Formats: sequence, structure tokens, C-alpha cells
Amino acid sequence: MSEIFEFIAAEYNYWIYVTLMMIGFYAMIAKKNLIKKVIGANIFQTAIFLFYISLAEVEGGTAPILMHGHDGAHAAHEVIYVNPLPHVLILTAIVVSVSTTAVALALIIKIYQVYGSIEEDVILAYRKQLAPEFSEHARQKQEGEQ
Amino acid sequence: MIWILDFTMLLFLVVCAIAAISIKDLLSAVIILSAYSLVMAIVWVEMQSVDVGFTEAAVGAGITTVLFIATLARTEGRSED
Repeated sequence: MSEIFEFIAAEYNYWIYVTLMMIGFYAMIAKKNLIKKVIGANIFQTAIFLFYISLAEVEGGTAPILMHGHDGAHAAHEVIYVNPLPHVLILTAIVVSVSTTAVALALIIKIYQVYGSIEEDVILAYRKQLAPEFSEHARQKQEGEQ
Repeated sequence: MIWILDFTMLLFLVVCAIAAISIKDLLSAVIILSAYSLVMAIVWVEMQSVDVGFTEAAVGAGITTVLFIATLARTEGRSED
């Protein structure tokens, strides 16, 4: 039993990452407001970044910057570094994340200009009222009548 | 790594995430998300990944917040849920 508790306590970064990811996922699915959905997507992405940075962690490691390596071979392997490869991956993913956020927010502005609302259910109801022939239910009913 | 500081900041992250998705005023939600990003950047600098921490502080807490506020200025500020 104490081994299980020790395991949970030792890996707490990963538990927090799973919790944050599920919070973001819940916001993306259950929230009706479009901006709340984008906030949820942001939280989801940041949770995955936290997972990668936790993977790179080495006990007692320091930042991966070469220290006094200018004067020969003896210097570079005196220091323990954390793994820099996940850092590079996440550096790229942060830039991708901000661009996807920008595109999503631009789409939300266009949706608001057309429908006058950023609530998902209001937009869907307005669509059905505006063009009932395009809604899936009406099309199926029409096919049933024929 | 100072584990008690790390643990406090991670709990703060969870609280911020729950607050950001459950608050009804969207401007407050965006500012809470900005605080979330800043604390996340501090966690990463503390985990020795300084480059990612700097990028997150500049991009996640800076540019993303500006984009969200610019969107809120052109749309509604209230959310139904």
C-alpha cells in the first residue's frame, strides 16, 4: 500500500497533467460558448506540453547550456543536463498552438458577424430557422415521404 | 527541484483551469487563462527548460491574451455557461 502511495507521490507531475487535460477536454465538449471551447483547447495543449517537459526531466540535471566547453574535452561531461529534445519539440508546438488559436478566434469573429451570437445552441437554432431545407432532420423527413 | 513549491504551483494550475472554464464573464476567464499560462511558464523554468518557459511567457501569456481580448472587443463579453 505504501509503495502505491509512493508511486503516486513520485509521479505527481503526470497526475496533474492528466487532470488538466481532462479539464480542457470537458470544456471543449460540454461548453456551449465558442470562446470557452477555445480556452479549453488552450488548456488541453498546455497540459500536453507539461507532459513533454516532465519527460525531459533528469534528477539533478541543469539547463542544457554548454558550460565552460571552450577549452578542450574535459569540461563538457562534468555536468548533468536535462534532455533538450522534448524542449525543442514543445518550442515548435507552442508556436503552432498560438496560430491555431488565432485562426479559431478569427472564425469566431466571422461567425458573430453572420449569426449575431457566439453560443452554439443559438447559432444552430438560427440556422435551422433560416434555412430549414439544409438541416439534416428535414432532409431525412423529405426522403421518408418520397 | 523544490518539491513543495512545485506542488503548490501545480495545484494553482488546476484551480486556475477550473476557474477559467466555469466563470461566466469571458474577460475574467481570459485573464485567469493568462495567469495560468504565466504560472505554467514559471513551472517550466523551474524544471530547467528555460527556453520553453520564456517562449510560453511571451507567447502564451502575452500574444494569446491580446488575441482573446481583441476578439472579445468585437463579440459578446458574457457566456451562458
